[in-house]
Amino acid sequence: MDPLTATLSPTRDPKDLSMTDTLELDLAVSTLREVNARLHDPDLGVDDVVVTHPAGRHSVAVGLNRPMTVTVKGHVGYYAAGMNQSADVVVEGNAGVGVAENMMSGSVWVKGSASQSAGATAHGGLLVVEGDAAARCGISMKGVDIVVGGSIGHMSAFMAQAGRLVVRGDASDALGDSIYEARIYVRGAVASLGADCVAKEMRPEHHEELATLLKSAGYEDDDTHAYTRYGSARSLYHFHVDNTSAY
Amino acid sequence: MCGIVGLHLRNPDLHPRLGELLTGMLCEMEDRGADSAGVAVYGDPTWAPPGTATVSVLADGLDAPALAEELAAAVGGSVDVTTAGPTLLVHAAVDASTLAAAVRAAAPDALVIGFGEDLAVLKGVGRPRDLAAAFGLPAAQGWQGVGHTRMATESAVTPAGSHPYAVGPDQCMVHNGSFHNYPTIRRELEARGVRFDSANDTEVGARFVAQCLEDGLDVETALKELCRTFDGFYTLLVSNRDSFAVVRDAIACKPAVVAETDDWVAMASEYRALVGLPGIESARLFEPEPERIYAWTR
Repeated sequence: MDPLTATLSPTRDPKDLSMTDTLELDLAVSTLREVNARLHDPDLGVDDVVVTHPAGRHSVAVGLNRPMTVTVKGHVGYYAAGMNQSADVVVEGNAGVGVAENMMSGSVWVKGSASQSAGATAHGGLLVVEGDAAARCGISMKGVDIVVGGSIGHMSAFMAQAGRLVVRGDASDALGDSIYEARIYVRGAVASLGADCVAKEMRPEHHEELATLLKSAGYEDDDTHAYTRYGSARSLYHFHVDNTSAY
Repeated sequence: MCGIVGLHLRNPDLHPRLGELLTGMLCEMEDRGADSAGVAVYGDPTWAPPGTATVSVLADGLDAPALAEELAAAVGGSVDVTTAGPTLLVHAAVDASTLAAAVRAAAPDALVIGFGEDLAVLKGVGRPRDLAAAFGLPAAQGWQGVGHTRMATESAVTPAGSHPYAVGPDQCMVHNGSFHNYPTIRRELEARGVRFDSANDTEVGARFVAQCLEDGLDVETALKELCRTFDGFYTLLVSNRDSFAVVRDAIACKPAVVAETDDWVAMASEYRALVGLPGIESARLFEPEPERIYAWTR
């Protein structure tokens, strides 16, 4: 029997599944390539998939490109749900390096903590990390929204170009170094700011934006007044005539 | 890229399973580095019999009985030489440093890869899975073990370039990353009379820490000195007979995951190396902070 279908009812062909069924794919019996190939299959027949026994494997549920829900039951390794488009991926555990890297749309929701480079270079969608995110969270982010329930590590939002990063806890050193036009909201302490990153005024539109982001991650009870906004001083990426001799 | 793993068992009931658990961890890290591998095991009753010092030796074509006889004459007592894969393990009821010096004198072309009261080091060139089988690692026992899977960058793929580096008594270091200013530090250590076995960057780190410990510093202070002195990328696991310590450089781009239960403390480059440990489902998991020293003692 195809190990991928072994967990389905043996009397039913997966082709007959209705879109309301849940398909279970077990990484203890199927290879990662088999599981990801099924998730990419346009004729999968279901929109709701549960992946079991990830055991810290890399690249689980990468490259999804249609609206569907994938719930991963356990800890995942590197690059989980990378390049996601349109799908909603829930990791019921911790995520390794580069979760949701280069996400385009959809959502990735990590119930535990995330290792370094969470949401790196992501263009769109929503990344929620309920626990902490390690160093370089949102590095080079290009439009993604990231909400972290805990704290973030050093060099987060390094060269962040667009999108929003919300941190309910603290930020470690060099937050927003060389930041472009991304907006950062931090409730706790910031150990230090990176080059050209400064604290900014919270105007009404920022309270509104932050409230919407917090609500999207289930933290609607937070007081937006407890947060500080950080962004670019815009002194680094504009040509300055005093620097002519440096070129 | 390299893979590092370590397991410090708190519950004596698990001591008979050390080798089995360490083998699973090491083999899972094979795809982080498959050109060489090595392990250090503390407390295996065959590899490091209680009441004797053990010296771990790599030597091509060395005749074990003849070596035992020559060493017995040199140290003035009974000497046993056993094999574990390509490694010779020399045992005698004398001081470990004395026995190591006797081995170096008797077999000048051999490579001493570890020495101590409780420590056996096994390392070599080849795939980690094959080496673990050749060592007989799954049957090993003890309270603590570390392992390394190597993808060489800073020096040649040779047994001497493999990790662990166990250059002080019952001490051991494994490293994921690369030191950059190590030639300068090596010259300074050489000026103090320290001798090297390889051109490897990690050996400089290991001998630096051994020198600090010899100078009377504790492990945590020695590792702070290392952070202050060395430039480069590193996640390090540094063990000795009663402690187990982890440190990462300030940038912390080399991965590390620590898991802790009442029964054990484990560290690995990636979480997937830990999934076979008993009770991992309820372990406290965290990533070490940059330049913070984490140490556990027994």
